[in-house]
Amino acid sequence: MKSLFKIAGVTLMSLLAVSCFNEKDRNYQYFPNMYKSVGYETYGEYEVFEGSQEAKLPVEGTIPRGWMPYEYDNSTEGYDLAKAELKNPLPYTEDNVNEGKALYTIYCAICHGDKGDGKGTLAQREKILGIPAYDDAGRAITEGSVYQVMYYGINTMGSYAAQTNEKERWQIDHYVMDLKAQLEGKPKREPLTEDEAKQFDSSSENQMAIADEEMTNDAASSHENANTEESSSLNEE
Amino acid sequence: MKKVNIRHSISRTLLLSLVVLFSFSQTSFSQEDSGAATDAPSVEESASAEAIPSSSQGGDPAAGKDLFNSLCAACHKPYKRATGPALHGVTERHEIDWLYRWIKNSAAMIDAGDPAAVAIYEEYNETPMNAFPQLSNSDIDNILAYVEQPKPEPKAAATGEGQASAGSGSGVSTNIVLGVLAFVLLLLVAVLVLVNKTLNRFAEANGVPVVVSEKRKPIWKAFVENQFLVLVTSVFLLLAGGYFVYGYLMQVGVDQGYQPVQPIHYSHKIHAGDNQIECKYCHSSARVSKTSGIPSLNVCMNCHKSISEVAPETATEDYSKEFYDGEIAKLYEATGWDPATQSYSGEQKPVKWVRIHNLPDFAYFNHSQHVSVAGITCQECHGPVEEMEIMRQHSPLTMGWCINCHRETNVKVEGNKYYEKIHEELSKKYGVETLTAAQMGALECGKCHY
Repeated sequence: MKSLFKIAGVTLMSLLAVSCFNEKDRNYQYFPNMYKSVGYETYGEYEVFEGSQEAKLPVEGTIPRGWMPYEYDNSTEGYDLAKAELKNPLPYTEDNVNEGKALYTIYCAICHGDKGDGKGTLAQREKILGIPAYDDAGRAITEGSVYQVMYYGINTMGSYAAQTNEKERWQIDHYVMDLKAQLEGKPKREPLTEDEAKQFDSSSENQMAIADEEMTNDAASSHENANTEESSSLNEE
Repeated sequence: MKKVNIRHSISRTLLLSLVVLFSFSQTSFSQEDSGAATDAPSVEESASAEAIPSSSQGGDPAAGKDLFNSLCAACHKPYKRATGPALHGVTERHEIDWLYRWIKNSAAMIDAGDPAAVAIYEEYNETPMNAFPQLSNSDIDNILAYVEQPKPEPKAAATGEGQASAGSGSGVSTNIVLGVLAFVLLLLVAVLVLVNKTLNRFAEANGVPVVVSEKRKPIWKAFVENQFLVLVTSVFLLLAGGYFVYGYLMQVGVDQGYQPVQPIHYSHKIHAGDNQIECKYCHSSARVSKTSGIPSLNVCMNCHKSISEVAPETATEDYSKEFYDGEIAKLYEATGWDPATQSYSGEQKPVKWVRIHNLPDFAYFNHSQHVSVAGITCQECHGPVEEMEIMRQHSPLTMGWCINCHRETNVKVEGNKYYEKIHEELSKKYGVETLTAAQMGALECGKCHY
């Protein structure tokens, strides 16, 4: 009988030790000050900021580094103007189109479909409906209108200015125009060679200095995050 | 006489237990039957609910559904305001001829100063409706027939109930089977005790001597007297203890399996798994930055502007449709989005997500280097996120784990001019074709600790 009590005791102790593990809480930390830094971390919660939120919009009237202002309004007039006169400042090279395709697959294909026919996964699963094909005659999209819509969004489509930078949007634009030509059964454009692309860069009057290449990636993304409409903050545990 | 009597009683007990066993298993089967039976009518109900709404216009709602989904659904929903008004009841609000003209070219009507057209244009923030000259009058009839179908509310409820009853039915039946098993085992024990008792009595009555085992030395005393055994045992215990203490110390600060409760129940399974949304769609800064990026809520609203409730099929046994709809409502509250008027109120409440993956400050990790340059899939480190209903930490994120991967993974040098020269030199040095990250210097302390 005595040994029975002992066995029960040992089982109870081991059960207690095991039950300390709780997946909802963090584990013990050795020297926790190595985990919680003195410096401010991305998405942290600090009292020094307004609303304790580290992720912030740029101060009003300032422009983040690498972020060029966009001169067309978010209105029907702005849309018509961009559609008529805005042109892609990036040379149509193979690299740019491939980059654009990769980005298109991430951001656009989920609704617009890999072919641009408006039959992406979400449309097929009837989650989001009424996505037009790029060759829709009533819309007759152009380079400028595609960029305008990516920048501001239109109707139920949201803005993608927070997830992509200027160069990336123009790369996607090249690929979208390719898809449109494909849907309409037109021949594919000939991509420029490297020399031609260099000439394109120097000859075209681009006010849009695409600063992305000089800018570090880190800086680019923090600006993008800061430029989003609503930002979220992270609770440090 | 006595002998026969006793044997008879044992077999009777066995028989009885068998009967009990069968009667119970019978009920467990019948339980399942009744579950299926309650299921069947609900399916019929849903089928009939689908059949009831018939065309009131003379149009074909099935053909209208296809047209509606491809042309109208971008801005209109049948029963809810979206970019444009809800279309259910539109034939009561306007004349059919007026609708034909409006759908084919609304801008011309506004320009002509049709009062009803101008009123709608102004009510919906002066957003022009696309012209649809390609639609014939009968196409429009079909669409109107589709949107004028009564809202299919009861269908969802019926199927929901059916699922619930089926679920609980199967749960009860397994419990009953287990209970029956336990009962049978108990019965067997009781029978054995009874048999032993009767046999003893039987032996006593017949005068057969019952063997009683001698009292032996207790085993623990024998153990203590054998010093070699004690030595071996204590060495074994020490080693085992050391092993467990080491294991405990090594897991301090490791949060593998950490699965906190988030302020909004966001299911990676639904988004990345079922709907196959790219990881980088939301975590866009993983491509270009050190942090993977907690998506700001405008990224959620890219889709949830039009998805205000989940489909009935999305609901699972653990999470109901009402629960998921409530979570989407939380998103609307945080962004200040009013689905009734389809506009932002401007009142925002930042969501305090709980951080899961956290490297200590003395270790540098850059997402873009691994995602964009090395081309590693997210699942490599974060595990099967597309199957996780609740996000958890999959990898230990220890230094040993990092080092292992750096030793095993080849550097992706193709098409990366940056690596051309160093790859050539190092290939010569190590005499290999492909270089692992470790051979590129990814084990040097200063690479991650500085």
